[in-house]
Amino acid sequence: MRYIEPHGHMVSRTTDDYQAMALAGCAAICEPAFWAGFDRKSADGFYDYFCQLTQHEPKRAAKYGLPHYSWLCINPKESEDMALAADVLALIPEFLKAPTVLGIGEIGLNKNTRNEMKVLEQHIALAVQYDQMILVHTPHLEDKRKGTRLIMDCLKANGVVKPERVIIDHVEEHTIHEVLDQGFWAGITLYPESKATPVRAIDMIESVSAQRVWLNSACDWGHSDPLSVPKAAQEMRRRGHSAAAIDRLVYGNPVKFLSQSPRFKDPAAQA
Amino acid sequence: MSTPQPHPGAPDRTREQVADLHFMDARYKLLDLAAFLDRLDRAAGGEDHRVRGLRAALPLLLEKDEGRVARILTLWSDPSVEPIAKADTKAASGVWPGLK
Repeated sequence: MRYIEPHGHMVSRTTDDYQAMALAGCAAICEPAFWAGFDRKSADGFYDYFCQLTQHEPKRAAKYGLPHYSWLCINPKESEDMALAADVLALIPEFLKAPTVLGIGEIGLNKNTRNEMKVLEQHIALAVQYDQMILVHTPHLEDKRKGTRLIMDCLKANGVVKPERVIIDHVEEHTIHEVLDQGFWAGITLYPESKATPVRAIDMIESVSAQRVWLNSACDWGHSDPLSVPKAAQEMRRRGHSAAAIDRLVYGNPVKFLSQSPRFKDPAAQA
Repeated sequence: MSTPQPHPGAPDRTREQVADLHFMDARYKLLDLAAFLDRLDRAAGGEDHRVRGLRAALPLLLEKDEGRVARILTLWSDPSVEPIAKADTKAASGVWPGLK
């Protein structure tokens, strides 16, 4: 089996995880910028983090034969500080020149505040200015439904963003249909407790047209599983889905979306 | 019981086959939930909004139409539509605190 991990926070993971993912059939990893679990005090912290994402982590992944790509932003959990957000946004254009950067992400909302909305609008404008794809983080738990709707309204209000170049991640049963109906891609994040389990994810896959859906582990420093995508593939297999349907979901779909960036190379085409 | 609605892309399967695959998983989760409610009964203090939300969701499990997960998630969701002025926490609790 082959698969793409389109959303993994590998800076939080050990090299053992790279090894396990490679053994499980992972062919490439994409890493959006995210919250470190604490608030960084200055843009210097983000400068170092962006260097880590664009320079160090691709080298670490390469030791396991894995291409590593990244997305850049200041995450919504740190967007309440508008001055910090402005400083970090000013850093991003320099790093967009790095050969493994795919776009702006994971941007979005956390608690659906006015400041978060303003920084989201600034990120969207930056993506439009530099013709970048967008990866969206939707809020957690009780804030997700409202936040997902606010984010989609914000994207549409921009007027230039093409929905097919935006993936809205962390969808669940109460948001996936709206996201797909509005032309965006939808990401299902597989977590042991929050978001969706592999079993629920495949239930969702069986209830929608899955042409614009990907699965990801979003593995990070919290309770998460870097092998959850192959585990979801296994769930499909034991339900009787064909090998072709599984490959289309866990490999073909992410390759199709990510290949909208000329920097992403289909691993199968490189073999 | 509702009429099965086959979805595009889903292999045909019987309810017995679904039970063969997933019954034990559902069984232990239901027992874990029962044990959690018993544990709450043995503890002191009032009921917090998360547990209130969980109890409010239980009748939805017995509804006949498909879509129970979405209905429960919607029940627990913040129903407001405007951004808030400022957050007093970064974390979400799992159930909108205003749920009655």
